[in-house]
Amino acid sequence: MSGRTEGGAQARHLSWATRRQTFDAPMTRALTLIRRRLVGSIFVLLIVVVGTFLLLEAAPGDAVDAYIVSTGGDAGMIELLRHRWGLDQSELTRLANYLWALLHLDLGQSVTFSRPIRDVILERLPNTLLLMVSATALSFGLGSALGIYAGARPGSFRDRFLSIGSLALYAVPGFWLGLMLIVVFAVDLRWLPIGGIETLASDKTGLDRAADIAIHLALPVSALGFIYLALYLRMMRAGMAEVWRQDFVLAARAKGLSRRRIVLAHVARNALLPLVTMLGLQSAQMLGGSVVIESVFSVPGLGRLAQEAVASRDTPLLLGIILTSAVLVIVINLLVDIAYAFLDPRVGAGEAGA
Amino acid sequence: MSGFTISRRTMLAGSAMLLASTAMPAPGWAQTPKKGGRLVLAADSEPRNLNPAIVASNGVFFISSKIVETLAEASFDGKDGLAPRLALSWEGAADGLSVTFKLRDGVKWHDGKPFTSADVAFSALQIWKPLQNLGRTVFKDLASVDTPDDLTAVFKFSKPTPFQLIRNALPALSSVVPKHIYEVGKIEDNPANNAPIGTGPFKFGEYKAGQYYRLTRNTDYWGKDEPYLDEIIYQVLPDRTSAASALEAEEIQLAAFSAVPLADLDRISKVPGLKVISKGYEGLTYQLVVEINHRRKELADVKVRQAIAHAIDKDFVVKTVFLGYAATATGPVPKNDPQFYTADVPTYAFDVAKANALLDEAGYKKGADGNRFSLKLLPAPYFNETKQFGDYLRQALAAIGIDAQLVNNDSAAHIKAVYTDHAFDLAVGPPVFRGDPAISTTILVQSGIPDSVPFSNQGGYKNDALDALISKASETLDATARTDLYKEFQKEVATDLPLINVAEWSFISVARDTVGNIANNPRWAVSNWADTYLES
Repeated sequence: MSGRTEGGAQARHLSWATRRQTFDAPMTRALTLIRRRLVGSIFVLLIVVVGTFLLLEAAPGDAVDAYIVSTGGDAGMIELLRHRWGLDQSELTRLANYLWALLHLDLGQSVTFSRPIRDVILERLPNTLLLMVSATALSFGLGSALGIYAGARPGSFRDRFLSIGSLALYAVPGFWLGLMLIVVFAVDLRWLPIGGIETLASDKTGLDRAADIAIHLALPVSALGFIYLALYLRMMRAGMAEVWRQDFVLAARAKGLSRRRIVLAHVARNALLPLVTMLGLQSAQMLGGSVVIESVFSVPGLGRLAQEAVASRDTPLLLGIILTSAVLVIVINLLVDIAYAFLDPRVGAGEAGA
Repeated sequence: MSGFTISRRTMLAGSAMLLASTAMPAPGWAQTPKKGGRLVLAADSEPRNLNPAIVASNGVFFISSKIVETLAEASFDGKDGLAPRLALSWEGAADGLSVTFKLRDGVKWHDGKPFTSADVAFSALQIWKPLQNLGRTVFKDLASVDTPDDLTAVFKFSKPTPFQLIRNALPALSSVVPKHIYEVGKIEDNPANNAPIGTGPFKFGEYKAGQYYRLTRNTDYWGKDEPYLDEIIYQVLPDRTSAASALEAEEIQLAAFSAVPLADLDRISKVPGLKVISKGYEGLTYQLVVEINHRRKELADVKVRQAIAHAIDKDFVVKTVFLGYAATATGPVPKNDPQFYTADVPTYAFDVAKANALLDEAGYKKGADGNRFSLKLLPAPYFNETKQFGDYLRQALAAIGIDAQLVNNDSAAHIKAVYTDHAFDLAVGPPVFRGDPAISTTILVQSGIPDSVPFSNQGGYKNDALDALISKASETLDATARTDLYKEFQKEVATDLPLINVAEWSFISVARDTVGNIANNPRWAVSNWADTYLES
């Protein structure tokens, strides 16, 4: 604890000259960052949990109300269910019980699945992660590449075409894009499956299964990835436009470097940094976007599970999902900051962690 | 086969079709069923508890009826509309105090143990009566079940119980589960609730949450040469548009329970290799009903209720909201019910002028803004059609000077608002008619029902004459006399309008041409599919 404060205080008060030395030790800065973040995250998570709990309590109807929609039942049965699911206890008692269990790293039991929530979430998490990581890779990779391509010749035809094209994709609702991809590639051309994560009950293993999953994810990843492509493309392009005007680009030109080298080694590299920040912020939005995409493509992921948890008023399950997502977003942003510590020596642990 | 592929236009013929279908024997199937194959179909929800003995609902039956069987199944041509399953015969005593079931011999549970009368006794006393959503009402007076031998079960009632009711309840309420599995531990926590063990033609294979359920052939099934299919896979498709695309892409071969939205049927019926089938749901009729909160003084006046009934153009609703896949309703029993329905009830023709006159007469004159009074209208969100009818009703009411404010909720919120909080003036609900008015129909209008019971009279309606009628019918043992009382009941409901029945509808299946023996009983989608087959 004391080491953390000292390190932080030092970083902040050291003169520019002394801090230069820390440039050589990004590892140390990364560790400081992690410690600092962990402590902060606990409060964030607590707020998320209590906030979600209260929000869900404020929604009219409980898990029993949601359940009896499909069954009906008499007063005695309803009482029986409320008691079995612990819904006859006060809100405060339930929240306290939940937090107490959480302290023991127990996410509790889902009322709709009658299974431990940890298992339910762990079953779906890999699918959502796979979808998110692939879609992010697509939007970031292709987006920045096209951004460089467009930004290399600002104002040119290809620049305008790409900017407008990507904006159009960004403006399209996710579900519509998804449905159109299904109609074209799954129904008409029949190149790709219309949904799911893998072939049903196929008993494939190893590489076969990996290939099968890749084929199934092609459409959902495209739908999710193409939406956010514009963001990276435009950011890259704008960043490059700014860097073009910098003195060192002029210097590089004066040195007689090729245009290609100036673009790639000097302009693009410097314009890339803000995109990394965006990557972290974007992860939360991707999670949100996956709710829609998972439904359209029947992907059994966390987003769809969350939607079902809300509809069935399964409070502990939803809390578990939100908690998992919050941890995910925190970890991703931490990784981004660490990456920053390595990528840009000017950013110290002090600033990045603040 | 083409006899089943109906166009929208033929369906527009409407109620006649629904009526005729119950009387029509299954047409001759030319092909001999083929053995083998995997049937993949769409599932739009994932019931967690698959035990149909505890949860008697269509969502559960859709999957578990292939695994767990009932004593009898509904039938187009069987005596009293029933066909034997686990029971071969059923006989009610004249005093209404006992019913004797003779059970099928040589039936085995999926784990190899023999099925006996002890399983029936256990299911009835330990599950149907205390735990089942519908059984708690129908079997409330069941006192004991005698098992003189392995193949005889005698139900003993503490109060005379109409045999007609028990008979009508058999297809939905009598799922038999194995005693030796359920007698250990708490029934509600039994793992077999999620992986059922039954006597049916298919065994439970596996469930991958969010992906599929897999059922596999029971090689020891009692039905000769049955089942034909090797496997049934229920593919979970949560999005409303997925089922149609999946059918077109030939990824699934069947979408039941109107998984393909009505608006898509016209287009999909033109796709080569696909057929649209509206038969096979006659025993699962849903009713489009305007629920009324009689605590509102305006709505407590029968003239106002009559005015609302006159303001609704039922034909328009059937044509526009249901695209013809429905029939107009006259009262609380659907037209396609073969036992109880009577057309001899007061009807309310679409007549805006008359509606306006009735409201004037009741003393609710139009104000300066053209409005008489305002109402809160809550359409149930469970079906597209209930929501759309909500929109229609708002306009229909505006035409007679009633300003209805739509309140849209999700399912849980709607259930709470209407049945627990009574925070509605009008609501649109889809109650289900389950073959006998005593199962889930009379409670829609009966008084004295505790708060928060869903799909019951929570509108504060009380009519002593109607209550007396309902209670008399529940004790009348003679089937003819009992049927007459329910005809009386329909008349009284249509006269006093505790609620307004607008339309009756069922579901539509869309299937590949290769799927055989579809829709050959009135509860086909929730029956055991022992004879369903694939041509290639």
